[in-house]
Amino acid sequence: MEETIRFELNGKRTELLLDPNQTLLWVLRYKCGLTGTKYGCGMGFCGACTVLLEGEPVRSCMLPVSDAANKKIITIEGLARNGDLHPLQKAFMEYDALQCGYCTPGMIMTAVGLLMKNPEPSQQDIIKGMEDNLCRCGSHVRIIKAIQTAGKEMKGGR
Amino acid sequence: MRKAIKNDKESLKSEEHIREIKRRDFFKLLGGGIFIFFQPFDAFDLLELQAQQGRSLPKDFNAFLQITEDGLVNCYTGKVEMGQGAITSLPQIMADELDVPYEKVKMFMGDTDLCPWDRGTNGSQTIRTFSISMRAAAAEAKAVLMQLASENLHVPVSRLEVKDGLVSDTANNRSKVSYGELTKGKKIERHLDRKAVLKDAAKFKYVGKPYLHQDARIKVTGEAEFSADIKLPGLLHARILRPPSHGAKLLTADVSEAEKIKGVRVVRDGELIAVLSDDRDKADQAIVKVKAEYSFDEIKVDDKTIFDRILNAKSTANVVRSNGDPETGRKISDTVIESEFHNSYVAHAPIEPHAATAMIEGDKITAWVSTQTPFPAQESIAREMNVPLEKVRVITPFVGAGFGGKSAHRQSVEAVKLARITGRPVVVAWTRQEEFFYDTFRPAAVVKITSGMDKSGRITLWDYHTYYAGSRGSDTIYDVQHSRTTDYSRGSVHPFGTGAWRAPGNNTNTFARESQINIMASKAGIDPLDFRLKNLKDEKMIGVLKAVADKFGYTSAKNPSGRGYGIACGTDVGTWVAHMAEVKVDKNTGHVQVIRVACAQDMGLCINPQGATIQMEGCITMGMGYALTEEIQFQGGNIRNQSFDTYEIPRFSWVPKIDTVIMDRKDQAPQGGGEPAIICMGAVIANAVFDATGARLYQLPMTPERILAAMKKA
Ligand code: FES
Ligand code: FES
Repeated sequence: MEETIRFELNGKRTELLLDPNQTLLWVLRYKCGLTGTKYGCGMGFCGACTVLLEGEPVRSCMLPVSDAANKKIITIEGLARNGDLHPLQKAFMEYDALQCGYCTPGMIMTAVGLLMKNPEPSQQDIIKGMEDNLCRCGSHVRIIKAIQTAGKEMKGGR
Repeated sequence: MRKAIKNDKESLKSEEHIREIKRRDFFKLLGGGIFIFFQPFDAFDLLELQAQQGRSLPKDFNAFLQITEDGLVNCYTGKVEMGQGAITSLPQIMADELDVPYEKVKMFMGDTDLCPWDRGTNGSQTIRTFSISMRAAAAEAKAVLMQLASENLHVPVSRLEVKDGLVSDTANNRSKVSYGELTKGKKIERHLDRKAVLKDAAKFKYVGKPYLHQDARIKVTGEAEFSADIKLPGLLHARILRPPSHGAKLLTADVSEAEKIKGVRVVRDGELIAVLSDDRDKADQAIVKVKAEYSFDEIKVDDKTIFDRILNAKSTANVVRSNGDPETGRKISDTVIESEFHNSYVAHAPIEPHAATAMIEGDKITAWVSTQTPFPAQESIAREMNVPLEKVRVITPFVGAGFGGKSAHRQSVEAVKLARITGRPVVVAWTRQEEFFYDTFRPAAVVKITSGMDKSGRITLWDYHTYYAGSRGSDTIYDVQHSRTTDYSRGSVHPFGTGAWRAPGNNTNTFARESQINIMASKAGIDPLDFRLKNLKDEKMIGVLKAVADKFGYTSAKNPSGRGYGIACGTDVGTWVAHMAEVKVDKNTGHVQVIRVACAQDMGLCINPQGATIQMEGCITMGMGYALTEEIQFQGGNIRNQSFDTYEIPRFSWVPKIDTVIMDRKDQAPQGGGEPAIICMGAVIANAVFDATGARLYQLPMTPERILAAMKKA
């Protein structure tokens, strides 16, 4: 039942021997030790588990790890480069766009995907793009501002 | 019940014992320095706590401050950080009182081995009561340091000044000594039992300035550890068999199919049946293979009939407060209005479900728990495992929010039990379904109000009855000659667990009171702000109402004006709040869009305006949920809502423009900030809906169906 699955995880080639039906979320958290990606509902409703697969935000709680085979995965841990935070990470800090911080990795990964498609999103675009990411602490207003600011900065060249 | 109390007494004994040990040990553990021990409860809290728990309290101390030999200031407390920002605001207070740079202050929170006992992080107590004692402790520490400096520099204390942890002689600025140097090689222990002389608020450098979340960086990089993130070799993932409904009793369980899955271990310990594996996926697969049969003790109540059950329950009436005589009030009233308000069960629904990771080494149990109550969790574990308290260490990593829901900590005992049985570290991380099932919901409640006024619109009667909401927030607040508040809350009516939910009781009481006030205002033909001002004597309430009206750009009008403006005010945890909102109601669908909300808050001295503003925004956003959609649907003990598809919490598209005002009250004691701004959200939206449509909603949440039904009646 087990097979070798290869993917590129945060820029590193990764090879694992496992059941290809295992859930990507659990593989990332407990086989790869990347616990920044969170479990919130396990059913695709909250977005806490969002990672980038080939640059697209996906809900890792809904994907078998085989879907990631031979693809590029980026998690929250892979966003910073040489200790230099991604503009979205900086903007989330600057605007205090978090309280408990549990939804934050999923929010940031979804926003990265959003800005890659649409570097200059309007408020409405952001709301639409983020709508299915849930935050119980009510950090929404600040998250919107952070995404707008990061978008501007990224357009100006990172 | 009796047994539980007895156990508590025993555990108290061992608690005292462990405190003794701690006192001896922590010098070893923490090295030298100056230690100030303090007790952050005020007298009222002490009494309340004794009544609640039926035991005496540690008389000794339950927090301490350490000035280390390298001049750092460490504060050890059983409070936890769960998004409310205590980790950011508490150091501001200490830095100011001690005159050290903000960065030199560190918080050590929620670790039962390092921190002294604390009952838990709730009721907005962290700033309200804790910070006050902490400030006094810091002032005491400074007094000790100044004494030492005076001896060291051979000048009287009055000639000394401190800047950034450096004490110098004002007459000779080359003569100076640092806190670190003063502390070196010393072990000074002080207990705070007298009132310390506090710094003048005008001299604050850090307090009152906006500070960004101190923990933000590790939270945006994914480094911040939560309770299911603890990496331990040999960690097993557990899933536990859960009953289909509350009150169901397990008859038989067939685990043979689960056992067939390779790499799965099935464990049975009395009622506890669990499957464990190195892979979470395998545990998930195995748990659904367990075939279980239950007997049901059908409780015939659902989310519609619960209100009758509440009203008909045999509860004792408890007059909370009264003034004058309601009968006289009724006689002198020209208009009498009777209303009945209903509020539903709501879930806490933090995005992080309850989780715990447990490890046992020798006879020492360590558990990382997502909890608001690390010390009570430690006690539960010790009791359930039948071990002395000092053999259990509970560590509280970051908590993915609680709102009261993480005072319950059943998962911690589950993880420890399974670790003991398997001999391996175990993580129990609840699924969203388990989180909904075991949540201690905000109780459904009913409020009945009979109120009266004279022809001029002066309130002459206020007879208030609150059923199962709790009495918090049931104050009359208006200046009424004849008023009475009666609370009916004894005896159990709920088919499942209930508990404190952000500003417990107050959301229901404020919804009822402030709706009734608007009903009266519109009956009197008076603008609802004017009506309030006419009937208020409370200067602070008048202050926040005027401030919010100003921020909102409010102009007077009788309701319904068609503008969709709402207003509400109230008090919670020592803080005064007033809200205004503008809504749009889709008259075809009954959908409400909240366009903007303004909120003014009088919270005494505001330590961190940035943090306080964020809490207000959070309250307003979260509060829209219980106002508009959140409601637990159930049939007896069967909870229908299992995830965010049927239990709808606020999302990005809901979020209004939010304006906040914090009143400048530097001269007053700081009050709570984590809860007040949520209490008005039901009433402010209900009143806005009435202003928009002329339809009065008597029940929360105001779902589109209820709004359409009310519009038909209007
Ligand atoms: S955990 Fe994946 S969407 Fe909620
Ligand atoms: S910050 Fe707590 S859930 Fe979003």
